[in-house]
Amino acid sequence: MNIEESKDFLVSTASLKEVRTFSREVFEKINLPQEQKDELVLAIAEAAQNIVKHAYKDVAETSDRMEIKISLKDSDLEIGFFDKGKAVIPENIQHRKLDDIKPGGLGTFFIKQIMDAAVFKKDQKEWVNHLVLTKKI
Amino acid sequence: MTYKVTEEGNISTVFLNGEIDMDVTEKAKEVILPIVESGKEVHLNLKDVSYMDSSGISVLIESHQKALEHNTKVIVKEVSKSVLKVIMMAKLEQILNLE
Repeated sequence: MNIEESKDFLVSTASLKEVRTFSREVFEKINLPQEQKDELVLAIAEAAQNIVKHAYKDVAETSDRMEIKISLKDSDLEIGFFDKGKAVIPENIQHRKLDDIKPGGLGTFFIKQIMDAAVFKKDQKEWVNHLVLTKKI
Repeated sequence: MTYKVTEEGNISTVFLNGEIDMDVTEKAKEVILPIVESGKEVHLNLKDVSYMDSSGISVLIESHQKALEHNTKVIVKEVSKSVLKVIMMAKLEQILNLE
């Protein structure tokens, strides 16, 4: 089964619920165990949250939009995130050590746990950041 | 997210309901942390929490750590299957008081 669906959202914490709803609706069309669908929704929500939290850090309010594109080709799932926030320096992205118990720093860890790969690409002229999450499902 | 708080002696039970993400974590903290800071034992009932992300996990960690500072405890109760999975992914099942 092949799927390609995308949607844009206002860059805001208030959009995160809408991001999850969109993701759930797309995954409803794919025959996967519910547990795996829930994990994928979490990974997408964490990546969207990172855009709001980090790419738009110190931006109280914006009218900018972010786009999420979910593509499935055979068993290759690819999820793209596009935003116009501050350019991400991939080398600076680190999750906290799990034994260093403190609030925060888990979103990227969850993404890495759930997905096979997370790569920032520099292939978009109209966007600043393009994160691609992939997983064989 | 909605919530309800019940009191019984020195125990306050906070019933959270709905989805806990970055958009509601401040609200959750505003409910939970003042009770913890008052020295009461807090039972966080999560049976009606259907989704929690890393922001929600941060609320659990902060509540737990604040309780240790105030010589009290936060017990996380009736965790739904989906939330337990996220807690376990963060390897916090041995750190938080789960019942």
